Amino acid sequence: MIEIQNYVRAESLAQAYELNQKKSSAIIGGMLWLKMEKKRVATAIDLSGLGLDMIEETPEEYRIGAMVTLRQIETHTGLNALTDGAARESVRHIVGVQFRNLATVGGSIFGRYGFSDVLTFFMAADARVELYHGGIVSLEEFAGMPHDRDILVRILVPKTKGHMVYLSQRNTQTDFPVLTCCAAKRGEAVCCVIGARPMPAVCVRDGDGILAGGIREESAVAFGRYVRERVTTGTNLRGSGEYRSILVEVLTKRALLGILEREGEAERAD
Amino acid sequence: MQIELWINEKKVRAAIEPDTLLIDFLREQGCSSVKRGCETSNCGLCTVFMDEKPVLSCSVLAARADGHHIVTLEGLKEEAEGFGAYIADQGAEQCGFCNPGFMMNAIAMFRENPDPTDDEIREYLSGNLCRCSGYEGQMRGIKAYLAFCRQKGGQA
Repeated sequence: MIEIQNYVRAESLAQAYELNQKKSSAIIGGMLWLKMEKKRVATAIDLSGLGLDMIEETPEEYRIGAMVTLRQIETHTGLNALTDGAARESVRHIVGVQFRNLATVGGSIFGRYGFSDVLTFFMAADARVELYHGGIVSLEEFAGMPHDRDILVRILVPKTKGHMVYLSQRNTQTDFPVLTCCAAKRGEAVCCVIGARPMPAVCVRDGDGILAGGIREESAVAFGRYVRERVTTGTNLRGSGEYRSILVEVLTKRALLGILEREGEAERAD
Repeated sequence: MQIELWINEKKVRAAIEPDTLLIDFLREQGCSSVKRGCETSNCGLCTVFMDEKPVLSCSVLAARADGHHIVTLEGLKEEAEGFGAYIADQGAEQCGFCNPGFMMNAIAMFRENPDPTDDEIREYLSGNLCRCSGYEGQMRGIKAYLAFCRQKGGQA
C-alpha cells in the first residue's frame, strides 16, 4: 500500500508542476493503480480542484481534461457519435462503474501502461496530449517518450469524420485485456492500433497499400497478416506472445470488417 | 489535516492523516455498512456515493472527499429496505457481506436507468463481486423489484 506524508490539492498547474519536480512527489490521478504500489510519497498532488474534469467541445476537437473519468468517456454522446461507440467499448469492460467513476483519463494515458485499453483507443482516435511543460505532442509520439515529471493537462481529439471499431480479448469479463485492437479509417487512410501486447500500444498504417482498393474480405485478411508481422508481442500470465500474435491478426481482420459494415450502413443511410 | 464534508447529509469536521482512505474514515464515523472485500479496487463492497456517483471508497483519499457529499447505505434506509426485501425474498445471498456495496450500486443503477435490460443490469453490476452465489438470485430479485416499481407506476 502507498504511504502519503502530505496531501496538496493544487491551486494552479504551475504549483502542481513545481511540486511534482521532486522525485518523492506524485500526481495521484484516480489513485487506483498508485494505491496498490508499495511506495512512500512525500507529497501527493491532487489535480481535482483545477476544473480538468470536463470534456469541452470546439468546432475542431474535443478537449478532454486530465481528471475526466473513464465513465465520462463511456457516456459522452458526442465522443461516442464521433467514434462509432469505440470510446464506450474501450472502457466499459474495465472493472465496474464505481471504478470507472474514479479512474481518470490523464492517469491512464500518462502511465502508458502495457495493458491499456484507454491508450489504444485514444491513439486510434488520432489524439494529441497537452503537456504543461512539453506542449502539444501526438499521443503516438508520447507513448514512446521517456517518463518524466511533466503534467498531462488535456487529451485533444480531432473531430475528423470517419469510422472506428474497438475490440479486446479478455480471459474473463472485467479483467485486464489479453490484447486490444482499434482500427480507424479517416478519408482513405486506415490505421490499426494494437495494445496490451503487453507493452504500450503501437499504431500500424497501411504502408504497402494493401487496402488501397478498399476494405474487402481478402484485403482485411491480408492486412491482418501485415499488422501481425509488424507488432511485437510478449508473454505474461494472461497469455503467450505466440497467442497474442494470432489475436493481432484475427482482431485486426475483424475490426476492418466491422469498419466495412459501418461504411455500408452509412451509405445506406445517405 | 482537517477536512469538512457531508456524510449522509450531516456536516462533519474531522482530523485525518493525509493517506487516510475514505473507507476507513467512514467506518470510524460509524458507517459500518461500508465493507472491505479486497485490496485491489475490484470487489465493489466499499461502494458509496460521492456527489451522487457510486465510487469505491477504498480508492479515494478522505482528503479528496473534503468539501464533497458522501452517502452510505445508512443514509438510504427507505430505498434500501424496499429493494432489500426483494433480494431477501429470493434468498439471493448467503453470507451477506457483499450486500451493502451491491445495494448501493443497484440503487445508483435504478436512478440512472430505471428500466434496464438484463444485459444492462449485468454490465452495471459487474463490478460487484459475490463469492457465495452465482448472481442468479440477485438478478431475479432486481427484476421482481423493477416489476413492482413499474406496477406502482412510480420511479424505481
